[in-house]
Amino acid sequence: MRPIIEIDHISKRYDSGTVALNDVSLEIAEGEILALLGPNGAGKTTLISIICGLVVPTGGTVRVGGHDIRTDWRAARKLIGLVPQEILLEPFEHVIDCVRFTRGLYGEGRDEAYLEQLLRSLALWDKRNARTRELSGGMKRRVLIAKALAHRPKVLFLDEPTAGVDVALRREMWAVMRDLSAQGVTIILTTHYLEEAEDMADRIGVINRGQLLLCQPKDQLMGEFGKKRLTIQLDQPLSALPAALQGRGMVLAPDGQSLGYDYDTRAERTGIAHLLADLAQNGISVRDVSTKQSSLEEIFISLVEEEAKEERA
Amino acid sequence: MNWRSVAAIFGHEMARFFRTIWQSLASPVLSTVLYFVVFGAAIGGRIQSVEGVPYGAFIVPGLMMLTVLQQSVSNASFGIYFPKFSGTIYEYLVAPTGWVEVTLGFVGAAATKAVLIALVILLTSFWFNGVHIAHPVWMLAFLFLTALAFSLLGFIIGLWAKNFEQLQIVPMMVITPLVFLGGAFYSASMLPPFWEGVAKLNPVLYLISGFRWSFFGLADVPVGLSLFAVALTIAICMAAIRRIFLTGWRLRE
Repeated sequence: MRPIIEIDHISKRYDSGTVALNDVSLEIAEGEILALLGPNGAGKTTLISIICGLVVPTGGTVRVGGHDIRTDWRAARKLIGLVPQEILLEPFEHVIDCVRFTRGLYGEGRDEAYLEQLLRSLALWDKRNARTRELSGGMKRRVLIAKALAHRPKVLFLDEPTAGVDVALRREMWAVMRDLSAQGVTIILTTHYLEEAEDMADRIGVINRGQLLLCQPKDQLMGEFGKKRLTIQLDQPLSALPAALQGRGMVLAPDGQSLGYDYDTRAERTGIAHLLADLAQNGISVRDVSTKQSSLEEIFISLVEEEAKEERA
Repeated sequence: MNWRSVAAIFGHEMARFFRTIWQSLASPVLSTVLYFVVFGAAIGGRIQSVEGVPYGAFIVPGLMMLTVLQQSVSNASFGIYFPKFSGTIYEYLVAPTGWVEVTLGFVGAAATKAVLIALVILLTSFWFNGVHIAHPVWMLAFLFLTALAFSLLGFIIGLWAKNFEQLQIVPMMVITPLVFLGGAFYSASMLPPFWEGVAKLNPVLYLISGFRWSFFGLADVPVGLSLFAVALTIAICMAAIRRIFLTGWRLRE
């Protein structure tokens, strides 16, 4: 099946000489949730802005639903909804009028039944006659989502949708995104919150300094780059690691209660079986064993640092 | 052409006008009443007539033009500047809506508001002077075309402005002097020959002259020239707006 978004060698260089994006190519399948990760100024918002028509690229092409965003921009834009990073709403407008206006702007006729369903799904129906300035921050964000969905887009861009919002609201936003995804909407979100990408995304793209470092299914990324830490709780605390166990990558916790061992999940042999056997041979009895996958945050930091090292070299 | 988006923008802008209908009407009507009192009643008592038209009636077209020009420019410039200021301009730029639709929506609404206010002023003037309109259809045509031309100019000012000061400066420093020097309160023929020549370099003179002709059948310049001046202003402004949108100047990065 043809991807819903085809980004082909997109570059953006500003007049000041700053390169915001450098030869980025990416395909996004219909119905997937893609998270774009990257530090501030990495180029995430520029990429989204180019696809949506807010920024003009200096090179490359983008197709949305097979329509070129520059030559067939009307058809391409009809398929897109954008939720901006900042809360941008006219303060004196009523919620329902805001959403009706966006629908009209996209050339769609009135469909009050759909707007009711949309506002109900975002828990905004009771506030439909409220002015946007009277709403809480979370409600304002949901109004922005309602506006972006007013014309039933196939692709929804969310630019840092949970930046600066509290934990409860963040979880509420994630639930909204999951619902949309279940309805078949393709979702592309940029985020600083690695937890968000880890929890939400099917695929994760990492952008740094205008370059797409990688874009992989989340599970594959975690598997490839993820290390696991084995933590062995000891029955009796140790004052020092026995000589026979030294040089094996094991680390004794400062309180002597547990041993830590990092291993690569991709390695043919993890060495865990030998390790446990050696512990038994040295008379160390084990109370409990647990493993923890390294977080996306750690993967992200190691990727960005690796890139910086390569550049320095 | 996305007509629904034109209707959406037009409706959105008119809704703002109707939200503050009394403020929108009260201020221009009050200032026009003051002009009628000061220029029509006080000074007009000493100037009996201009080219056979009582002075109180003579200034009506000029006052309507003054209001139309000021309202057109301020409505259109504020209309497009406000979404730029609040950031909601992004919606217009990401929607499947071209420069023609955006311009028609904003400028159409600004011109409509200005024409509505001018008509209220005309009704007010009937109360002060029994104004007779010689060519009512031409009067409406001049009124609408002038409102359109200056709404387009205001729209450009709103696109250009980076802050509220810039938004105010062109109407204050350019439009108002041009109207006062364009024969709003006098006929260009009342000026010495040299200054009459200078006055004819002012494009607003052609608009006021054509408009006054539609009321009294009197004009400082040929009516065809007045129509040409309006059409030229519209064409130049449209070309400038098209260029601004296609290059994304002060709109897109």
